[in-house]
Order: sequence, then C-alpha cells, then structure tokens
Amino acid sequence: MHTQLMDRDHRPGEGVLVPYSAQLGLWVFLATVTILFAAFTSAYIVRSAGSDWKSVPLPSFLWVNTVLLAWSSITLEISRSALRSDSLKTAQNWFLATAGLGLVFLVGQLVAWQDLMARGFYVPTNPHSAFIYILTGLHGLHLLSGVVLLVYVSRRLWIQGETVRQRDLTGVCATYWHFLGILWIFVFVLLSLG
Amino acid sequence: MPADSAAHDTHHELSFIRRYIFSLDHKVIAIQYFLTAMVMALVGGGLAMLIRLNLAWPGESWAILGFLFPAGAEGGILKPEFYLALVTMHGTIMVFFVISFALVGGFGNYLIPLQIGARDMAFPFLNMLSYWIALLSSIVMIFSFFVEGGAAGSGWTAYPPLSAVRQVVIPGSMWGQTVWLLSMALFIVSFTMGGLNYVVTVLNLRAPGMTLRRVPLTVWSLFLSAVLGLLSFPALTAAAVLLLFDRHFGTSFYLPAGLFFGNEVLPNSGGTPLLWQHLFWFLGHPEVYVLILPALGMTFDILPAFTRKPIFGYRITTYSLYVIGGLGMVVWGHHMFISGMNPFVGEFFSIGTLLITIPSAMIGVNMIASLWGGSLRLTTPMLFTLGLISLFGTGGMGGLFLGNAAADIPLHDTYFVVGHFHFMIGGVTLFGLFAAVYFWFPKMFGRMMNETLGKLHFWLTLPAFYFIFLGQHFLGFGGMPRRYYSFANYTFLDEIRDINIWITWAAFVMGAAQFIFLINFFWSLARGTRAGNNPWRATTLEWTAPSPPPHGNWGETVPTVHRWPYEYSLEGSAEDFTPQNVPRDNDSTGALGEDTHAHATDG
Repeated sequence: MHTQLMDRDHRPGEGVLVPYSAQLGLWVFLATVTILFAAFTSAYIVRSAGSDWKSVPLPSFLWVNTVLLAWSSITLEISRSALRSDSLKTAQNWFLATAGLGLVFLVGQLVAWQDLMARGFYVPTNPHSAFIYILTGLHGLHLLSGVVLLVYVSRRLWIQGETVRQRDLTGVCATYWHFLGILWIFVFVLLSLG
Repeated sequence: MPADSAAHDTHHELSFIRRYIFSLDHKVIAIQYFLTAMVMALVGGGLAMLIRLNLAWPGESWAILGFLFPAGAEGGILKPEFYLALVTMHGTIMVFFVISFALVGGFGNYLIPLQIGARDMAFPFLNMLSYWIALLSSIVMIFSFFVEGGAAGSGWTAYPPLSAVRQVVIPGSMWGQTVWLLSMALFIVSFTMGGLNYVVTVLNLRAPGMTLRRVPLTVWSLFLSAVLGLLSFPALTAAAVLLLFDRHFGTSFYLPAGLFFGNEVLPNSGGTPLLWQHLFWFLGHPEVYVLILPALGMTFDILPAFTRKPIFGYRITTYSLYVIGGLGMVVWGHHMFISGMNPFVGEFFSIGTLLITIPSAMIGVNMIASLWGGSLRLTTPMLFTLGLISLFGTGGMGGLFLGNAAADIPLHDTYFVVGHFHFMIGGVTLFGLFAAVYFWFPKMFGRMMNETLGKLHFWLTLPAFYFIFLGQHFLGFGGMPRRYYSFANYTFLDEIRDINIWITWAAFVMGAAQFIFLINFFWSLARGTRAGNNPWRATTLEWTAPSPPPHGNWGETVPTVHRWPYEYSLEGSAEDFTPQNVPRDNDSTGALGEDTHAHATDG
C-alpha cells in the first residue's frame, strides 16, 4: 500500500518522477546557459566593430582540445550503450574515462592560455584577447561542473548502487555533456571568426 | 533511498536546526525569504526617508544624521556622494531584495506546491541552497556600505563609464561598485536555482486532475515570472562579468577613448557604454514583469473570496500574462530612447511597448469585471486588492506617455519616470504583497491578522501613496530631473519646488504606516484569533490543508482535483464555494470510484 501511495503522491526525493524532473530541470538550465552565451556573443559582435579590435591568431592547440572533447562525447555514449546491455563494469570504465577526458580538455585549455601569454596576448591586450580568455574560461567553468556531475553520478550509480535510476541519470549527464561539446564548437567558431 | 521513505512520512525527528534553519521544507524556506525581505525593506525604506529628507530640505543639517552616518553626513548634512549611494542602494534593495524576495521567493515557494497539490518543490535541496545564497547576497549588498568609499553610487542601473572606472570619481566607484556586482552575481545564482525549481515543479508535480486549465492564476503568474527571470538574468550576468573585467583587469568593453580623470587621460579605447545599457535592460525590463506578474496573478485568487463569484476571463488572463511576458522580453529599448538610437529602432520599441497595453488592459478589465455583480466584502486583503487595481490603472496611464518615444524624450530622467515606476513596480507589487500577506497569513501561521490595524494600515498607505507618486508625475512635467542632489540653482523649478516638502511629509506618513503592519504581523503571530483551515471560504487547494500545513502539506494522500479554481456560488450547491477537490456529480472518474478519498469538506 505504501508504494502505491508514493507513486500517486510522487513525493520529492522518491519515485519514478525524479530523474524525469532532473532532465526537465537540466533543459531549463541549458536555456539560461544559452542566453548567457548569446549575451556574450552579442557583446562580442558589438565590440568587434570597435576601431581598436585586432584579431588574435588562436592557439593551434585548441584543435587538439576540440578532438579530445568530441571523443569524450563518444566515450560517454559507449558507456551508456554498455549500460543498456547490462555490462556494468565496462559502462563504469567508459563513464569515468569521459570525466578524465574532460579534465584533460581543461588542462589543454590552460596550455592554450599559456601559448597566448607566451605570444604576448594578455586579458587587457586587446578586446579579442579579452574575449578569448573570458569565453574559454566561462566554458571551462561549465565543463568543470560537468566533470563534477559525472563523478557524482558515478558514485551514486556504482558505489551506492542505485540501479533503478541509472539510465535516467546517465541520460541527464549525457544531455549536459553533449551540450557543452556543441557549445565549445560554437565558442571556437566565434573566436576563430576574429 | 527506500530506507528513508518511512522517515519521509508524517513523523519527523529533525533537530531544530534542520527544521527551521537549514530546512528543505518549501514553507519554511518561504518564511525565511519573507523575514529577510522584511529586514531589507526596513533598510530600503529607511534609505527612502533619507532621500526624501534631502529633497525637501536640501543642505539642511540634522544632528541625528551626523551621529548615524559620520562619514556620509558630516556635521549632519548629507553629502552629495552619499546621496547618490542612497538612491542606488534604495533602488537595488527594493527591486531585488524586497519585492523579488517577498513576492517571488516568499509567495512562490509558499504557494506553488500548496496550490498545485504537491508535497514540496521538485528539488528541495536546490531550494534551500537558493535561499542561503540569497541571504548571502543581501549581506554582501549591505556590507558594501562599510567598504572603503562606501556603497555604489551609479544608480541601480549601474551605467558605465561611472560604474566601470575604479578611480575615485565618486567614493562609491572604489570598492562599493565591485561589491555591488558580486552581490548581484550571487542574487542571479540564487534566482536561477529558485526559478528552475518553480518551472519544474509546476510542470511535473501537479496533483492528479490538476490540468493546466485548472491551475490557479497565482501559479500561472509565478511560473511565467520564473521563466522570464531565467531567460533575462543571464544577460546581466554577462554584462556584469564584462564590467568586472573593465574595473579590475584593464579591459575596455564599456570605456571609450578620451576619458579624463583629473588631469590624466584614461588608457582605455574602443568600448561603448551603450553595450551595457542594452545588456542591462535586456534583464531590467523583464525584471519589472518578474515582479508585477505575481502581484496580478494573486489578485485573481484573492478577489473571488471577497466577491463570492467566479473571476471573469480566466483563460484570457492566462493568455494576457503570456503575451505580456513575451512582449516584455523585446521592448527593453524603451529605456534608451535618448541614447541616440536610430528612430526606426525607437519606433519598433515604441510599438512593442504600446502593444503591451492591450493585454494589460485586458487584465485590468478582467479584474474590474470580476468585481461586477459580486457581493463585496471589504476585508483588509480585499482593500489592498482594490488598491492594486486602482494603482495598476493609474500607473498604467503613465506608461502610455513613456512608451512613446516622442513623449518619453522630454520626460526621460525626470520625476515623471520615478513616479511611474513607483506606481507599477513599487505600488502594484507592494499592494499585491500586502493583500497576499493579509490573505494567506492565516494559512501560514494558523492565526488571523487584526482587521482594525489592517484597515488603518490601508487607509494611511493608499492616500499617502497617491499623493507622493502622483505628485512626482507633476514634478516630472515641471522638468525636475531625477538623481540630482540639489536643485537650488534651477530657477525654473521655483514654482514647484515646495511640492517636495509636501511629498516628504506624505512619505513619512506612509513610512510610519508600515510599522502598523509590522506590529500587526508580530502581534498576530502570537495573539491573533485562531484560523480554521479555510477562514475565507476559498476554493484553491492550499485551503484544504491544515493551517499551518504540516511537512508534506497533506496527510495520507494529496487531494485530487475535479474542477477549476474559481467555483463560487455554484447553482444547486449548499455552500457558496466549492473547493477544487470536490468531485462533480456527473464526473465520470468519480463514478468509477477513483475519487473516494477526496474530502468534500475541510473542517
């Protein structure tokens, strides 16, 4: 009787609706992130009309990072497909590999910053270099939160063994992670346009 | 966590701290928001009184001020730069830390789960985090009064270049502005967490039978307000990041070339202050709807309890709220008509703005039509609701002038604007807030508020309010500019200058009247007559729960909804109200016996 009650009453923290809520909540959050980057993009376009705007050649290392991030989206999907065929151990390995690749990407972004500084482009050097630091930094912060999310979910799934919610929660992770991948490509293209 | 589910039931062995301080319960979080808003209102209101003091008797010395603010009012005379900080902080605190906290944070948290028949928000932990970050942001904002140079002085709109330079142009441009930006960033984080919760809760956690066509207008308005906030606040986040970089990392996003400070040319070049204005108002304009929509929505839930008839135009009102929200996102430019924008762009913003009058007028007409033929009961919440309708109409008229670029340009930055926005996001929201507090107080605390004190509060507040802010419309027509410290040298103001003295007296009366409310609030908490579950004999779901509702809001089962929220004076019904959870006679689902647990009465 109790379980019946819970299903009908969908109490917070229990029942089937929770991962569904998380997924919806994530989409709403992604809408705000989209507006945030849209606002930066409009600022970028307005500012690039300024007379003092000089294009900074982007560090070529960013191409390596882009490949890394694309690969991490693939590893996440490999993990989810392993989960669907119930090979939990394989799924966990690929899941953590995704988080690892995310961290490597972040380190790679720092390497790219080093490269910029070595060439004499700092934040205040010109508006384009300022935007490079701000947009990559902001994307990096979001990606860092994505890594934290992956680690958190993997803990709940594989260590605390919450099997019922597994697929739904990895689905939430995947939505966020792929979004960050697409967002990175957008940022990269925007910055390359100079 | 199946092991926890038993504990999730009716029995709670939570410590005092988990229950009242770090609580996950939406009702406790709501009350925390209220109390914070009350404290902030005392600060923001106090600042308003100082502003009025200076406007009525500029340059006069007041011993008490010298004692209270040794830095800002040396010798008891308000310094000009301190006056600018007062204006800035009054606006910021009232918009974000009083009205947002109380209406959206407070009533949003309190009413959404109770009115849709949910046991709590979708993400209770995020909800708690939202409150604590909100509290932190208020503390940071207040703290900015005490940093070197004092609080920010560039207005609640924080326009660059003044806000973008760290040189001591005014003392507030030192650390005050930076702390202001940090506080706003925290506020946005907190609002995003809260707004996410509202949207997901409304969409996912409605009780059985609570279709979108049966959702009370309070919930609709809070839902739209959350959506608007979520879609507009990120623009200010972006703007604030760029402003922080201008201030601290030497960039020039907003700073053009050729700025002088003292004898020194600033090194910046190429930036444009207009960029900030666009980004700021992309948030700033929707923000006024974030504040005003909940007040309008609540009106429709309070009215029928005191007219004893259904509201008029439920569906048209929801559509109007949508249209206002949508148009509200694309008219930010009407704050910038004098910025030298292309006249065709100005025309776009003008037309968009004037289009908003159509759904707004529909809402106003629906409110008045909801009164038509009702048997009015002039209780305190009803009086404040009527006050709101009146202010919404009067204030809205001013919007016709300001929405039109041709009329706005001479009125821009005059007291006409100050009067107008105080009517709308000051008055409509404040009266809606008071109506809501008097109306839902019995639900929140299980006791009624005192009617005599409530009526006194209303009859002092309404005339004073009209006197102050209608008066400011006339000062604006006379050309009195806003944000100026002193008008002593403007002879064209000689004829109307003294109106300021009368307005100040009215402001003092209105300020004092709010203490009646505070006394009533706290006295009623302890001594008010006990309220039953449904003292107003209203129909929405919160009145089917005990007063105050326990954790989880309802006992064993959440109510099942069978009808729309405004079922008053139904023919053939014994009572003149029929709550949403009462099954219909010819309800097919009722006939199938699924609704046997629904309660026809609520004690």
